[in-house]
Amino acid sequence: MPVRFEVNGKPVGVEVEPRLTLADCLRHRLRLTGTHVGCEHGVCGACTVLVDGAAVRSCLMLAVQAEDKKVVTVEGLSLEDRLTPLQASFRRHHALQCGFCTPGMITTAHALLSEEPDCDADRVREVLSGNLCRCTGYISIVEAVLDARAAYKRSEERA
Amino acid sequence: MKKALLLRFEADAGVMKLPLFEYACPTTISEAVALLASHDGEAKPLAGGQSLVPMLAFRVASPALLVDLRKLLELRQIKIADNGVTLGAMVRWRDILDDTRLRTAHPLLVAAVEHIGHYQIRNCGTVGGSVAHADPAAEMPGIVVTCEATIAVSGKAGERVIKSSDFFRGPLTTALTPDEIITEIRLPPWPAKRRFGFQEFARRHGDFAMAGAALFYDEDGQDRACNAHVGVIGVSDRPLRLVAVEQVLNGNKIDLALIAKAEATASAAVNPPNDIHAGGAYRKALVGVMVERALKSATTQRN
Amino acid sequence: MMKIKSFVGQPIERLEDLRFVRGRGQYVDDLARKDMLHAAILRSSVGHGHIRSIDISRAQKIPGVHSVITAADLGTPTPRVPMRLHPMPEFEVFGQPIMARDKVRYVGEALAMVLAESAAAAEDALGEIAVEIEPLPAVSNHMIAAKNETLLFENKNSNVAMKFRAVLGDAAAAFKDAPYTRRESFSTQRHTALTIEPRGLLCEWDAARGKLTVSGAAKVLFFNRSVIARQLGLSEESIDMVEYDVGGSFGARGEFYPEDFLIPFAARHAGRPVKWTEDRREHLMTMNHAREAACDVEIACERDGTIRGLRGHVFVDIGAYMRTNGAVGARNIAQFMSGPYRVPNIDIDVSLLLTNKAPVGTYRGPGRFETDFFRERLFDMVARDLGIDQIEFRRLNLVSEAEMPYTVATITPFESKDELDSGDYQITLDRCLTEFGWAEKAKLKGKCVDGRYHGLAISCFIEGGAAGPKESARLVLEPDGTLTVYVGSSGVGQGLETAFAQIAADAMEMPIDRINNVFHDSTAYVSDGYGSYHSRSIVMGGSAILDAAMKLREAMCAEAARRLNCGAAEVVLADGHAHGTDGKSVSWAELAPEPISVEGTFLNKKHTWAYGSHAAHVSVDAKTGHVQLHDYVAVENCGRIINPLTLKGQLVGAVVQGLGGALMEHLVYDEHSQLLTGSLADYLVPTASDFPVVRGIVMESHPSPINPLGAKGAGEGGIIPVGGVIANAVADALSSFGVEPRDLPLSPSRVWQLIQDGLKPRDIH
Repeated sequence: MPVRFEVNGKPVGVEVEPRLTLADCLRHRLRLTGTHVGCEHGVCGACTVLVDGAAVRSCLMLAVQAEDKKVVTVEGLSLEDRLTPLQASFRRHHALQCGFCTPGMITTAHALLSEEPDCDADRVREVLSGNLCRCTGYISIVEAVLDARAAYKRSEERA
Repeated sequence: MKKALLLRFEADAGVMKLPLFEYACPTTISEAVALLASHDGEAKPLAGGQSLVPMLAFRVASPALLVDLRKLLELRQIKIADNGVTLGAMVRWRDILDDTRLRTAHPLLVAAVEHIGHYQIRNCGTVGGSVAHADPAAEMPGIVVTCEATIAVSGKAGERVIKSSDFFRGPLTTALTPDEIITEIRLPPWPAKRRFGFQEFARRHGDFAMAGAALFYDEDGQDRACNAHVGVIGVSDRPLRLVAVEQVLNGNKIDLALIAKAEATASAAVNPPNDIHAGGAYRKALVGVMVERALKSATTQRN
Repeated sequence: MMKIKSFVGQPIERLEDLRFVRGRGQYVDDLARKDMLHAAILRSSVGHGHIRSIDISRAQKIPGVHSVITAADLGTPTPRVPMRLHPMPEFEVFGQPIMARDKVRYVGEALAMVLAESAAAAEDALGEIAVEIEPLPAVSNHMIAAKNETLLFENKNSNVAMKFRAVLGDAAAAFKDAPYTRRESFSTQRHTALTIEPRGLLCEWDAARGKLTVSGAAKVLFFNRSVIARQLGLSEESIDMVEYDVGGSFGARGEFYPEDFLIPFAARHAGRPVKWTEDRREHLMTMNHAREAACDVEIACERDGTIRGLRGHVFVDIGAYMRTNGAVGARNIAQFMSGPYRVPNIDIDVSLLLTNKAPVGTYRGPGRFETDFFRERLFDMVARDLGIDQIEFRRLNLVSEAEMPYTVATITPFESKDELDSGDYQITLDRCLTEFGWAEKAKLKGKCVDGRYHGLAISCFIEGGAAGPKESARLVLEPDGTLTVYVGSSGVGQGLETAFAQIAADAMEMPIDRINNVFHDSTAYVSDGYGSYHSRSIVMGGSAILDAAMKLREAMCAEAARRLNCGAAEVVLADGHAHGTDGKSVSWAELAPEPISVEGTFLNKKHTWAYGSHAAHVSVDAKTGHVQLHDYVAVENCGRIINPLTLKGQLVGAVVQGLGGALMEHLVYDEHSQLLTGSLADYLVPTASDFPVVRGIVMESHPSPINPLGAKGAGEGGIIPVGGVIANAVADALSSFGVEPRDLPLSPSRVWQLIQDGLKPRDIH
């Protein structure tokens, strides 16, 4: 069946089987491979995207359920010529190693900071507890997110 | 020695793409019910998807038709009135946490929801979905049972209201017929001075409870507990009301000695099975600790 | 002339990050090819049995299915997974056939492969394959295996695949009249690397040119290429292994798995590109398991705590087959049980037992995590028995600098010897105690505060790295004067592109931004590469780069000498120019109108030994068994720090993996050899909220004498001591209950049970 929605600000229309997840639709039909699939059962968070501003697990959403929605992926949270403050903070704090969980972390952190630029370390940890990382041990990721709060408080970066 | 029996299997180990199904997205409740009724038990309603879609991914559920409830906007309301708090079935955990009225209108509900899932799950998971899924360790079914909520459903035979004590029949099993969807969870009114506690122990933040307790009591003119409701999750095939514990509490002042007795009574009242995360004896002791800690937090509340 | 600042030792932000933070990494599942088929693998859900029939007829008719392959299609005899490390003829019989033919030996073993137009269609078809298996009794643990009542391999009369010994001195004599001995049994649980990216491969066969391209290879590209070449009857040159970005390895990814044959085979069979990615459930069933071991060990000491000897028996559950490196962990348990300590007499034997479980392989610090848990638990018990402070006991027995190189136990029958290269183990212990604040925290030992019991522990460890024998690198001076670096090492997330750029920049005395790229991801780049395992890449790949740089500079000087009419020895390379005598110079770009390409190598037979100390402060809720980590300090000294940012990242990341292993991760099989932990809802790994305080401190001193960088491999030290430290801290916290943890993981229910078992009649608050 056909589904029309918006991805990273652009309208898209695809013909999909109902069983195609939003994650697979983004990755294989729209070739936006920044969103990753790590478990397909809603635990690892690597597939996190924003749907109408809210962070969701795209492996648990059917592509057909994205009808009329605004979807934002890590590609839509990136700039052509430079890193965003959040991305620069991740790099500065060495908040990634293999990079596989990173798009999910960035997307989730962006959603959190957009709504709660004053969040504290406990809140950051609580929110990121739904995103698994095996490389970093999370400490540097939490530091990176906290360090990015300033940019969001200045309202430059809010979703 | 070899067994003569040959094992013939067609479902294999390790399959994760979703199985084939048809999909419908009705715009009215009656349309949804009609779709569910027409497929002879082979159709399933899809709410937030946080519980159902993983089951599809593991292919332990394989419905012929998914009926998506997301366009049933009338199911998304939170109503607070003299007759209590009514949650539309499609109300999400996030909606409950965002609705500041609920912090006073039903603080026990809010306390439980704060333990549910992770950030992303809260944006999608629904009250109705959790109650219909009926995981024995889930928080919302525990709240339903503790608070004696009623569950309004709509089916091909019309509407009916199911009492919480009749609703949960076993692990992932409820009183719903295949054509029925939950429309509302109705929580009785919550008096301002009521004392309550919610305690849960999970392996990690956001995991299902290994044991949890949701309880409340009111106080009579002499500071004695009355109308105690004690519900527990994670220790049986469904959420349980621990009547024996309620009997220990009612008519008495809640002091440390009574709390210790309540703890022991709670442990004695359950017989949890073993699983890979914990043995039955551990959960038995743990639920007592959860009741004890929930009571302690109830006694120290300021209203 | 301007002196370029040194890049080695600087916390340079990683080059890799520029693509990763934007979601522009390319992992194997991101790849697509025209006309691509998807492979899905039918896996046994029976743990042990004879295969009576496999009926693929219905599956072949599913729309979208191209073909269905079974073992019969793979040739006779069925090809096997080879051993990469310690290949010995006596192990060959335990090698895993690529696909099960007559017998299945673990849940998850491959039975058939479907090729179809989509992944979903392939999985639909799997459901239509009918398999008849006559079940056999399940050999579900090492004790059942040892009885040999049910044999996994009927033509062998034992489930013991191998036995070897670690020997030093004369343990029998040392124990005979020892004033103090203590004997204990310990066990560690089966768990695994659990990379967030599951495995995958995309293979393409170009029939016209007879060329096979394997994308999604990882870690040991060159070895795997040689295996595929041999098994498919191709020359190595006709196979290109291409890595792309890899979502973590930790020692488990990249080993030769059955799919590493099946997918290339499928591409050639179908004449179309074939892509396979495993899902998480398959991953848990089939990617190398690790760490399951039990031991019965005994220590002998003098009354003052000086260790006389260690002896004992170790039993390692290696699963159903011996795969590429299944013996490594077992060997390490025996050989390195002494760790950084002086143990003059050792006699430890290790049995490798076959069971109906997924085969094992290396996982970060293989065998070392297990053996450090065994040893450090024993040490705290001994210290308490002898009335000696746990820190002083360790100090007394640490190998000293003066004793280096210090020979550890010899492993028979490999006759493999090893020696600790350099270091002062006291300084990392001191640093750890200071940073941790041991003296201040010690007041809390065993005390109950607000209902929680507090405990401390400290341990010392060594980390072996830099496995030889060789690594290669190639440097190319490009016509624009920039440098391109190629190495045989593999990137698995550890930041090699950045570290190697730092090393190359310093070796060539050039700014790092003139290094235009570091390529590590293909067998086409260097002639003889080995890869990344055993924490070898900085030492091996980095030293190969140094060799290549030296040779490139010689080539540049020779070319410059020709142009500048002077002797090569008179040429000075600086500031991007080659300076001759009498003021003449030529730019590097001018030296290389055609790129100048030079290959370097580094040969090595000795291991490096990074070392350090970890300390932990925990509190235990005695009523729930919950262990809370309040502080964790990990100090590691790696000889020479290349990039402190990435080094510390490795350290902290490894510690958190270790905390998962100590407290929550567990691959559970039941008595029917069914894997009960089939998803991430049951296999629990640490999340961001579990361990908020882990402090990593890196030191450099005592460079390694065995390589020109002076560096020591340091990717695994973070995980090695964690089991022992956490278990000792829990024992310390619960000392008033008489609790002695002997088994991992210390999950809440197990801790609670230990308390019940040790409970003295007193109130718990």
